[in-house]
Amino acid sequence: MDSVNDDKPRIILNEFKIAQNIPTRATVLDQTFHIKTFKENLRIVVVRLDNLEMEFDLIGIHPFIANTFRRLMLSDVPSMAIEKVHIYNNTSIIQDEVLAHRLGLIPLKADARLFNTHVPDSEENEQDSLEFELKIKCTRIKDDNKDSSRIDDIYKNHSVYSKHIKWLPKGSQAENFKETDVGPVYDDILIAKLRPGHELDLKLIAMKSIGRDHAKFSPVATAFYRLLPDIKLTREVEGEAAERLQGCFSPGVIGLRHLKDGRTVAAVNNSRYDSSSRNVFRYDDLKDAVVMTKIQDHFIFSVESVGGMAPDVIFVEAVKILKEKCMSLLDELEQS
Amino acid sequence: MPIAQLAGNDPSEEKSKTFVFHDEGHTLGNVLRCVISNYNDVEFCGYTVPHPAESKMHFRIQMRKGRAIDALRRGLTDLVKMCDYTIEKFNDELISFKAKQLNTDN
Repeated sequence: MDSVNDDKPRIILNEFKIAQNIPTRATVLDQTFHIKTFKENLRIVVVRLDNLEMEFDLIGIHPFIANTFRRLMLSDVPSMAIEKVHIYNNTSIIQDEVLAHRLGLIPLKADARLFNTHVPDSEENEQDSLEFELKIKCTRIKDDNKDSSRIDDIYKNHSVYSKHIKWLPKGSQAENFKETDVGPVYDDILIAKLRPGHELDLKLIAMKSIGRDHAKFSPVATAFYRLLPDIKLTREVEGEAAERLQGCFSPGVIGLRHLKDGRTVAAVNNSRYDSSSRNVFRYDDLKDAVVMTKIQDHFIFSVESVGGMAPDVIFVEAVKILKEKCMSLLDELEQS
Repeated sequence: MPIAQLAGNDPSEEKSKTFVFHDEGHTLGNVLRCVISNYNDVEFCGYTVPHPAESKMHFRIQMRKGRAIDALRRGLTDLVKMCDYTIEKFNDELISFKAKQLNTDN
């Protein structure tokens, strides 16, 4: 299949090559970028949203815009993470530097928009840092219950979790933030394992930075986009072949319809969640029944937050950052 | 802070210029290139990050007529407009999505 002759910009996934659909009229991708046409064509649809994940569609834009938004979310939106660890005592078996690195990777809930970026070589202050303390000592539980071999019955504090990290408010931070607004996102992140006599005494300092500096500052676990898959059946597929066709695609993509005359035929239910594998081309009798395409100006974004910021906020922040970058550059052009 | 700097060109030549952006990379370079290369009077527009270890981006504009700096200014202004509109549209959609979700939950 070389062209499907409709008005959408598509790529057609063939067995050995990818073909470009020749649309019947000019599409967004044929037009050069212009702010007026951009406004006319842009459509945004939120598909799924909760505290951690968001899926939304950006429709009618050029790929370079989608890619910029993705890059901004990954490496330009600031967040807080533990940057400095003062180790007063560490007698556990985990080395100081490994421990410090592990602590750095713990996602923190603290709104980075309320903080300043720390100026290197200056003293930390309440505007640019958060201070935490991790003091824990493992001891043997002296108990009559000597028979037990359960670790919880023998040792106290044998596992250090992120819930043991205690926030030490600096200056007016105690008034400005609630205890619940600051600290690790999850309570059950295992940091180290201790045995009797082992002790940790650490001071942790969290700062604001961006993902380009270190991946721990990235507010997203992943942020990616893909093109909308569109699958069409060109002829009727029935019986055993229909079931085989169903198995060639991701679950839910192809459905089976039971007709009144007793036949079972395949139909496309929802091609959105297809993984675009080309399994169907393994069967010579099926490959002419399917046209697999992708819509080239329809981007499905998936944003997974690590928990510090809601995913919708991350996207808006990302766009704002691009805007601020451009504004500050414009200012500098004016001055020069 | 990123600083736009003019490098190595004859200062009297306004048509073609290379701008050096500090602390910028492909994120800004590519959008700006795509936007500016669409303008009518622009003959050539390209960017490069000369070395991955240096956070510098070189941005070249060659004009058929007019000044290169005006094209850059127009490109940045267009990007600001694009961002504004995207945020506006996204927030509208978010409000209607949340309203819809509330309706289905009840």
